[in-house]
Amino acid sequence: MNTKTVYRPQAGLTEREYHYCPGCTHGIIHNLVGEVLKERGLIESSVGVASVGCSVMAYEYFDCDMHQAAHGRAPAVATGIKRVRPESTVFTYQGDGDLASIGLAEAVHAAHRGENITIIFVNNAIYGMTGGQMAPTTLLGQQTTTSPHGREKAQAGEPLRVCELLSNVPGATYLERVSVHDPKHVRKAKKALQKAFDIQSGKQGFTLIEFISTCPINWGMEPKDSLDWAVENMIPYYPLGVYKDMTKEDDDA
Amino acid sequence: MSKVLMKGNEAMALAAIKGGADAFFGYPITPQNELPEYLSHHMPANDRVFVQAESEVAAINMVYGAGGAGARVLTSSSSPGIALKQEGISYLAGSEIPCVIINVMRGGPGLGGIQPSQSDYNQITRGGGNGDYKVLSFAPENLQEAVDLIKESFPLADHYRNPVMVAVDGLLGQMMEPITLEETEKTQAAGKKEWAADGGYGERGYRNRIASLYLDPYKLEEHNLKLKGKYDEMREKEQRYEMIETEDADIVFVAYGTMARVARNAVQMLREEGVKVGMIRPISLFPFPKKAFEALPERTHSLITLEMSLGQMHQDVQIINNGRYKLDFFGRTGGVVPEPEEIVEHVRAALKEDA
Amino acid sequence: MAKGRIIIDEDRCKGCGLCIHPCPVDILDLDRSKTNKKGYTPLYVTDPEQCIACSFCAMMCPDNVITVERFVKEGSK
Repeated sequence: MNTKTVYRPQAGLTEREYHYCPGCTHGIIHNLVGEVLKERGLIESSVGVASVGCSVMAYEYFDCDMHQAAHGRAPAVATGIKRVRPESTVFTYQGDGDLASIGLAEAVHAAHRGENITIIFVNNAIYGMTGGQMAPTTLLGQQTTTSPHGREKAQAGEPLRVCELLSNVPGATYLERVSVHDPKHVRKAKKALQKAFDIQSGKQGFTLIEFISTCPINWGMEPKDSLDWAVENMIPYYPLGVYKDMTKEDDDA
Repeated sequence: MSKVLMKGNEAMALAAIKGGADAFFGYPITPQNELPEYLSHHMPANDRVFVQAESEVAAINMVYGAGGAGARVLTSSSSPGIALKQEGISYLAGSEIPCVIINVMRGGPGLGGIQPSQSDYNQITRGGGNGDYKVLSFAPENLQEAVDLIKESFPLADHYRNPVMVAVDGLLGQMMEPITLEETEKTQAAGKKEWAADGGYGERGYRNRIASLYLDPYKLEEHNLKLKGKYDEMREKEQRYEMIETEDADIVFVAYGTMARVARNAVQMLREEGVKVGMIRPISLFPFPKKAFEALPERTHSLITLEMSLGQMHQDVQIINNGRYKLDFFGRTGGVVPEPEEIVEHVRAALKEDA
Repeated sequence: MAKGRIIIDEDRCKGCGLCIHPCPVDILDLDRSKTNKKGYTPLYVTDPEQCIACSFCAMMCPDNVITVERFVKEGSK
């Protein structure tokens, strides 16, 4: 019986096994990024910028040049790289503590300047690496180690919606929020990444793909249950979909 | 080559272009604004990169990115902005990324003032970022020296794979002086950097990684010792200083930058009164020029540190002195630039007390 | 008759179980009779004959454990 491989893992990735917790969606997202960059022929000329969070060691996993940034600074680092090496494909990989808290200014301004980079934003509504503290994206009522009675609006404000925020920034070209909780959504997420990197290759400006993600350990759930929790609680507050698509407007013009 | 009269900040900007800066990332702050303003015109005109970042924090991180991608990079700021850059400088040093930082110093602490000051010596030589690292730092006294040091800083940064700082105070940034630096002078060429994360994996055949994270403490120690090796090489090779009338000096001033300019006059005035005064002018702040002190004659018995601060370099003088000379200090701070007469008066008073 | 098969890199598996639910023919489970080198309970195929080589399990696997092969007739591409 002859066989044909229809799915080979680790495209665009190194041999290293991920250090992520069992069931952490970082793994799925890394796989998609690697696949897209490999399939588009971009991986060998890419520079990825790792941020600070669970994915701090992303430089071990993507099979391309990598640059480690300080907490929140990845979009500024990516700006520096892309400005001097415009022919390379530059992406950042950031969690919600990194991008939506300490790094919000750098993310907004990279979008504002229309930097021709791609930000991969992994939103799991918590600070994972440091043990489960409240993030700007933590939901109201969600218990974390720094919101022991659940996030309260009066104390901490309502959760921050990044795609919505950036959709008002003139320089942003393409913003989409996706999920990876089942194969159908994984496929859609891959299409979103393809679109984002195609826009970068076409020099059409700034792209950001926000992934609704999970944190089984810090949420205190089994991996499958955490996917369900994300679907039932995060997606209603952070609706999936395209938040900005300037390429459509260019087509219509 | 002809001489041209230029404003300090602009001369330094032009020097950076001639030194081969591929990219400038900066932010407005008094008293160095003419530097980004000049570069906003001349960098694109020379096909180079200019970005006014959203903050000094963002700017130093853009430097880190572009430097890590193998470009020659420059940023400039003033004391409070340099304070913001400390995290980035620590990352640059820890990840071994070359860059040049121009610091046009002003009074502090906090928002301080906008007048010239030397109260960042500790920030420059000890570093305000975390960890054991050093920044190769120079303090020119006049614009020609500044221009020459800035041009030299780019290949020095590349050689050491470390940040290099050129620190002037606001006076040098704002003053106009004649300099020899032709617009038509050819830019220094930089070599290709095999270690850079520039998207060249396909051609290079191996991946490059720019990082400063070493979770294994033994590996981090090894890395720190490697960095120390570079700082030891700087201590060995980069001590720069000028000896002014020290061959027969009883009393020796120690002063840099604008304070040294003022002190030159004081040396002359005191010599006319028969007092044998000389000066050691550090040109490198790190490494501190210990060799200068070893070159002093037997007859020298006193050192007087002169600074526009409460006495930061004075601590380094105290350290290397090791009890050998009588030490004294004179300073003005807050942005006040002293008159030579004040220094002369201070020495006269000290001599009277000794008698 | 199986349409294909999956090849499992057992020692990469962390026993997270994300592959189990998406399987349209429900033939995946954790093999509680063993632990792998990492100390986790790895994945196994309960009824290989039912495999349709859809790749859903591989798409949901965060750890690159699964390779999917389709059976092809002799001589075809």
